[in-house]
Amino acid sequence: MVEVLSQTSDQSAEFETQDLLLNVGPQHPSTHGVFRMVMTVDGEVVRDVIPYIGYLHRGAEKLCETMDFRQGIGFMDRTEYLAAFNAELSYVMAVEALADLEVPERAQWIRMILCELNRLSSHFMFLGAFGVDTGVFGTPFIYAWREREALIDLFEEVSGDRMMYAYFRPGGVAWDVPVNFVDRVREVLISATQGINDFDSLLSENEIFLARTQGVGSISATRAIALGMSGPSLRASGVDMDIRRDEPYLKYDQIDWDVITGEHGDVFDRYYCRVLEMRESIKIVKQCLEHLAPGPILPEKLPRMLRTPPGEVYLRTEAPRGEYGVYMVSKGGNRPYRCKVRSSCLSNLQALQELTIGEYVADAIVILGSIDIVLSEVDR
Amino acid sequence: MRGIAKSMARTFAVFLRKPVTRDYPTYHKPIPERDRAFPLLLWDEDIHEPFCTGCHACERACPVECMTVLMKDNPNHKNLDGTSSRRKIIDKFWIDYARCMRCNICVEVCNFDAIAMNNTWEGHEISVYDRQDLVMDLPQLLSQSRTGNINEWVPVLGQTNETMSETDAEVSN
Ligand code: SF4
Ligand code: SF4
Repeated sequence: MVEVLSQTSDQSAEFETQDLLLNVGPQHPSTHGVFRMVMTVDGEVVRDVIPYIGYLHRGAEKLCETMDFRQGIGFMDRTEYLAAFNAELSYVMAVEALADLEVPERAQWIRMILCELNRLSSHFMFLGAFGVDTGVFGTPFIYAWREREALIDLFEEVSGDRMMYAYFRPGGVAWDVPVNFVDRVREVLISATQGINDFDSLLSENEIFLARTQGVGSISATRAIALGMSGPSLRASGVDMDIRRDEPYLKYDQIDWDVITGEHGDVFDRYYCRVLEMRESIKIVKQCLEHLAPGPILPEKLPRMLRTPPGEVYLRTEAPRGEYGVYMVSKGGNRPYRCKVRSSCLSNLQALQELTIGEYVADAIVILGSIDIVLSEVDR
Repeated sequence: MRGIAKSMARTFAVFLRKPVTRDYPTYHKPIPERDRAFPLLLWDEDIHEPFCTGCHACERACPVECMTVLMKDNPNHKNLDGTSSRRKIIDKFWIDYARCMRCNICVEVCNFDAIAMNNTWEGHEISVYDRQDLVMDLPQLLSQSRTGNINEWVPVLGQTNETMSETDAEVSN
């Protein structure tokens, strides 16, 4: 007996295994942009992962210091190209708080409608890309683009651009929405509802998809909070936190809607939270449309060049991926002294290591997809 | 299995829907009036000269500094037995389309409604092999407006649909 035992241990000593260093990215279709992960893999299991960011750094924050408040809007669009309305919103609201500007009612409702629609289009993009990550190539991606296209066409009719809207201004919105705006939004909502139903029946109950996502990459509520996650990725772990409800900005306190939370904090919950959140967004937009009344969209006395008194402000809003905050310091004058963006994606990305270690390599891609990063926002 | 059958059924149902795609190069989707491609200069049909007076307002306001403006005395001014009321006029104008970020600021700051964002397909379908070819000079910037190939939309900041229709009514009165 003793002999046999020693034999086996000798044998295992002969099989010396070596961890493999696996480089994913920066140019890789599954990293959603220019993002690089160096994974140490032991067979199929990930032992360590080091994320490298910064490939898309353009210095938007620094550039904002040289731009007056109107010029900075264009750069904010580019920090978050999938939900540019939401990015603009945080910026202009920070400027408004500094300059103590009153935003007219109509402008607030327009902003709210556009931000929620932008959340829809951004989540559609997530669903499509996530489908590809889990290996359902093609179908969900094309469905997502179809729905997103309808939304983007609407944004183009309103603002003139498909992605970089530059439509919000400190004090309101640049110009009024088209005359047929309300009808167009209703149309788009119908097609979006159908799109969500498509996704629901395509993925949410699909056994293969469930096997790929349930129980993978879960994170507890305490750890998620500790790592600074926010948005749907945090709510999937069961944390009931939504800035739209907890610190209502715009008119969210006049609207009746629910905050969606998950239970397990795994990949599936992060996916499903977003699907349910899209239905809530539709609910919000429908109510907003009823409140939309004619009126001014910019304050009457708006100087040609906006100047703010000295001060500092941190303003956060709930962007599709989480808390998008802008910290702005002004020393007087027409440009910020410092403009810092609190990026939701960068904070959510902190959880990557904790989520991925111990999982399979194939699941690492699914996990990365499930926290829905936009690299332009991570790197700014 | 039920879930998979359901997704198959949905795929099939979508397959039977009307396609949303269009043949792009042969069919050009109508684009909205507000569409923003790149800025171009407008041509005053009545006195056959550009609206632009070379006042540098847009050049100063451009966040990426992609414009270069040079002004000159207008040889067609009334004092010189011309027909124009513009004392100064644009001499040379360059816009580097490669740098422009299509932010619409130049249109907003122009006091003479002399510049507009291109809202036609020509503005979107620019392909060149050399980056230098994207630096547009004055004739290139004016050519589309000169041939009447554009129905520009020049927004006024803060104008609402009500005030817009009011001014329209005034004009028709
Ligand atoms: S386009 Fe307008 S703002 Fe620019 S130089 Fe000409 S007149 Fe001035
Ligand atoms: S659209 Fe913006 S970036 Fe382009 S030329 Fe005008 S001001 Fe400059």
